[in-house]
Amino acid sequence: MPERIIIVGAGPAGTRAARILAEAGLATVLLDEAAGNGGQIYRRQPPGFRRPYAALYGTEAGKAERLHAALDGFGGLIDHRTDTLVWSLDGRRLMLNTAGRADSLDFDRLILATGAMDRVIPLPGWTLPGVFALGGAQVALKHQACAVGAKTCFVGSSPLLPYVAYQYARAGAGVAGVVDTTPRSAKLGALPDLLAVPGVTARGLTYMAWLARHGIRYWHGATPLRVEGGEHVTALVFRTAGGAERRIDCDAVALGYGLKCEHQLADLAGCAFRFDSPTRQWVVAQDDAGRTSVDGLYVAGDGALIRGADAAELAGERAALALLADLGRPVDAARVAQIGRHLARIDRQRRGMDKAFAYPNHLAQSLADDVILCRCEAVTVGEVRRAVTEQGADDINRAKAFCRVGMGRCQGRVCGPAAADVVAAALGRPIEAAGRLRGQAPVKPVPVAVLAQAELGETQSA
Amino acid sequence: MSMAVTVPSGGGQLRRLGERDRPVVTITIDGAEHEALAGDTLLTALLTAGHRVRESEFGDGPRAGFCWMAACQDCWVWLADGRRVRACSTPVEPGLSVLTRPAAPGDA
Repeated sequence: MPERIIIVGAGPAGTRAARILAEAGLATVLLDEAAGNGGQIYRRQPPGFRRPYAALYGTEAGKAERLHAALDGFGGLIDHRTDTLVWSLDGRRLMLNTAGRADSLDFDRLILATGAMDRVIPLPGWTLPGVFALGGAQVALKHQACAVGAKTCFVGSSPLLPYVAYQYARAGAGVAGVVDTTPRSAKLGALPDLLAVPGVTARGLTYMAWLARHGIRYWHGATPLRVEGGEHVTALVFRTAGGAERRIDCDAVALGYGLKCEHQLADLAGCAFRFDSPTRQWVVAQDDAGRTSVDGLYVAGDGALIRGADAAELAGERAALALLADLGRPVDAARVAQIGRHLARIDRQRRGMDKAFAYPNHLAQSLADDVILCRCEAVTVGEVRRAVTEQGADDINRAKAFCRVGMGRCQGRVCGPAAADVVAAALGRPIEAAGRLRGQAPVKPVPVAVLAQAELGETQSA
Repeated sequence: MSMAVTVPSGGGQLRRLGERDRPVVTITIDGAEHEALAGDTLLTALLTAGHRVRESEFGDGPRAGFCWMAACQDCWVWLADGRRVRACSTPVEPGLSVLTRPAAPGDA
């Protein structure tokens, strides 16, 4: 019986992995929540939208078009199931929700290419309507041809800050300004590493220069203080690098401090994790081909390590080649070496990115007690601090048990990083000592009817 | 840009930047009719009509979604038929009726 191979996620990594395996003659099932492949970075617009690739993806239009077409002609080998959420993993079985219908699939080998989401740090007022995640503001533009406000303020520390601000302004949206927490000096210091991939760095500088030319202010080394508004956002208040308090009138805030891995399924599978200091987050322990500690389970793309779309495609190919090798199939050693060299160069550039757009770990620690930390259940910073100082929680999971932080619908996807900062600071220990929020099934909410079908075993195992 | 069938963007949170020449899809938001466009998600429809998607169950005010990519789970809304859907990943359909405020006690 042939090996049953499943790939979760049809972004750059998952799509490329499926294509490589298909070229080797292997059948795969490719699962994704979206209606078409591409992931978030090459997110497709809905049918009936007419903007050309160049308008949607800019300099990356060619890559997006190639990735979208990468499954074409392989329908016989790649069973691409759209609108499909993998909500649980139990041993070698995946539990699925395909547009409201329960299903399950057993696998022998699994490539998890589950992507990433925005990493955010709360601030007073961040639950007001009009505050959105930075990558989300980009999705609104790409997928819906909308700006998240008439005048959007871009706030955080991320290469996406100048990029999305530029995309907004180019598309005719109002940009109120860019408030970047990383000092200018850190960006200059990062240049040697950034130049490992000069094209990407040059693009970033182009966006910043374009913003400056068009009179859009860019503040470096700023400290966001609060979002103001009654029923919705009316202003962002921050402190400049020089110490002055500034208010920017705006009706939307796009907030982002880099990306974080979506690795809940790897967690359920029992994969070992390690703390990645440069990106300041827990990642699935993996070898340079994406093999995890669980036999037959591979990770690739931004769900494995945050390093961008180009690296994701390479890592997807690398994981597929590892899978082939593990099956005893011949693999092109020269191509493997080439991918390794390419990824090493991108990794060096990412080290520069991590400095140029550093994660400001002091921000969450200095939040006032009354700031909402967990959006799902409105748990405050003070409640998390008290879980440590008064109730004796000695890590993030104990804090969760005491005050429900990270226990809501999103399972700590949004508040997790900041909650860990608050716990670590309250413990007076480094961030990794706060531990890692453990996930549980379902990894995303599933309709009761689907859970019931799964419970009753009314799923069609294929 | 193609000739636009003007859809009033009103005083909503979002601003349409193009792709306006799509068929109109009429939905109902809190009992009032709203003209969305084919291909809109429910989140887009709600936020071109106004500034809210739902009320926080914890009394801290209105919410309007956050991540746009089906991760934060902050945009779950009730449909009038009793279904719960995530607005950012649900396309609008003609006749869809959505509630951004909890039904009064005794309703539903």
